[in-house]
Amino acid sequence: MITIQARELTRTFGTFTAVNAISFEVHRGEVFGFLGANGAGKTTAIRMLTGLLAPSGGEAQVAGFDIKHEPARVRERIGYMSQRFSLYDDLTVRENIRLYGGIYGLSDAEIAARGDRLLDQLSFADNATALVRSLPLGWKQKLAFSVALLHKPAVVFLDEPTGGVDPVTRRQFWELIYRAADDGTTVFVTTHYLDEAEYCDRVSIMVDGRIAALGTPAALKAQLNAKDLDEVFVRLARGAEQS
Amino acid sequence: MVSFDVHDGELFGLVGPDGAGKTTLFRLLVSLIKPDSGSSLVLGLDPVRDLWALRRRVGYMPGRFSLYTDLSVRENLEFFAAVCSTSVEEGYDTIAPIYRQIERFADRRAGALSGGMKQKLALSCALVHRPDILFLDEPTTGVDALSRREFWDLLDSLRASGLTTIVSTPYMDEAMRCDRVALLQAGRILAIDAPEAIGARFPRALFGVSVRERSTVLNALRQFPTVASAYPFGDTVHVSDTRADISESVVMQELEAHLRHAGFSDIVITRIDAGIEDVFIELMGVPQGAVAA
Repeated sequence: MITIQARELTRTFGTFTAVNAISFEVHRGEVFGFLGANGAGKTTAIRMLTGLLAPSGGEAQVAGFDIKHEPARVRERIGYMSQRFSLYDDLTVRENIRLYGGIYGLSDAEIAARGDRLLDQLSFADNATALVRSLPLGWKQKLAFSVALLHKPAVVFLDEPTGGVDPVTRRQFWELIYRAADDGTTVFVTTHYLDEAEYCDRVSIMVDGRIAALGTPAALKAQLNAKDLDEVFVRLARGAEQS
Repeated sequence: MVSFDVHDGELFGLVGPDGAGKTTLFRLLVSLIKPDSGSSLVLGLDPVRDLWALRRRVGYMPGRFSLYTDLSVRENLEFFAAVCSTSVEEGYDTIAPIYRQIERFADRRAGALSGGMKQKLALSCALVHRPDILFLDEPTTGVDALSRREFWDLLDSLRASGLTTIVSTPYMDEAMRCDRVALLQAGRILAIDAPEAIGARFPRALFGVSVRERSTVLNALRQFPTVASAYPFGDTVHVSDTRADISESVVMQELEAHLRHAGFSDIVITRIDAGIEDVFIELMGVPQGAVAA
């Protein structure tokens, strides 16, 4: 089953083509790494796939809905988390859960039940009334991820989710990602940590608005005869600079 | 309470996650805050007593973009030169290898530069008064892999010129490009050494395990009674065993039998060398049970 299908998806700003006819599909329960240099078009592509920005050309379905004609339906069926913005610092853990549950249209009973389960799974029950500001960064990120899954979205978009956290917390975070994927949630993740991209089932690498490579980490390494994804990435991105 | 020395001409890395204390340590060493206790000497000067003498001789690039976004590239450079009672012309030779890469944008507002160019401008501004020591606080955070690599190439050329440089980073792989690194966690130093030597501090034999059914292999390995540590590294799990008196090949055979019995396929187990990240995790001392949060 396919949860994300993009065909010739394009976005231009004036004369500048930020996303240039990209086509790909992501399967249910897949962990898909969406990589690219700064300015390669990743953010524009994600804004289209999350129903925030209309495409200039091409089309895409996310969670069964068309991003151009049904962007509100798309937004109901996805979760989103980024390093920069996710939870409200001035609200407690429980208040954040209630707020996001409400935004995604869950009933009070559902919010209470799922909130309890979430706190239990993260062993956070003792911190339910703590202000998010007071939590360590790693906790915040794990909480933000779980909150993004509260309404059981078909796809969760993670934008640089693990920036700045210690190596153990990063790994705990990836265990949460795998668990979500095992439960059938499709995970769409961007990262600048190329070693982290090796955790993905498949990765795509955007260069100058196009998808320059797409495949399993092992296949991409074999294809470019590279020792790791960092080398794959640098070679593709550098090729673009020189052209 | 941290104690360490950095040698003349060294490229010294402070490696650790957010909250480890990297920025606070920098602010202490460049005289922006005072220590509660203890002391330091930078270029033989005390950052508390001799702060004005010291400030003229250090270059400091703070973590966040610290330039004036409404001034042009050239104006920013002139400002930082003037603050240090010098001129762009006097400092030109020092900044040339970096500044030449952005010089064609000299009239552009700093706020309109790309991330990589901002970073090069900030580095030029930190160098324009020809400092004797350079402090770079997370210069590559949020920057893509190619720009990061190019930035480290610049640091290599600064090292070749003999400039002492202290750089902080949350990226473990960048530690490999330093002469020596200090691993920092929660305000203390876990280890200081040459990056190649740090891997050797891992206290047990380390094995890389990969299987086809990778989402469940971690728990299966942790259930093996004598497994001391099991952490995912991309498509491989790094595993060590508590028993020092058993030969490595026996451990590998037992792990393989355990996984095969648990229904895993395409099992590949190899002896591997520990890297900085393995050692960092080990020295953090997280109990194994805390992992599956």
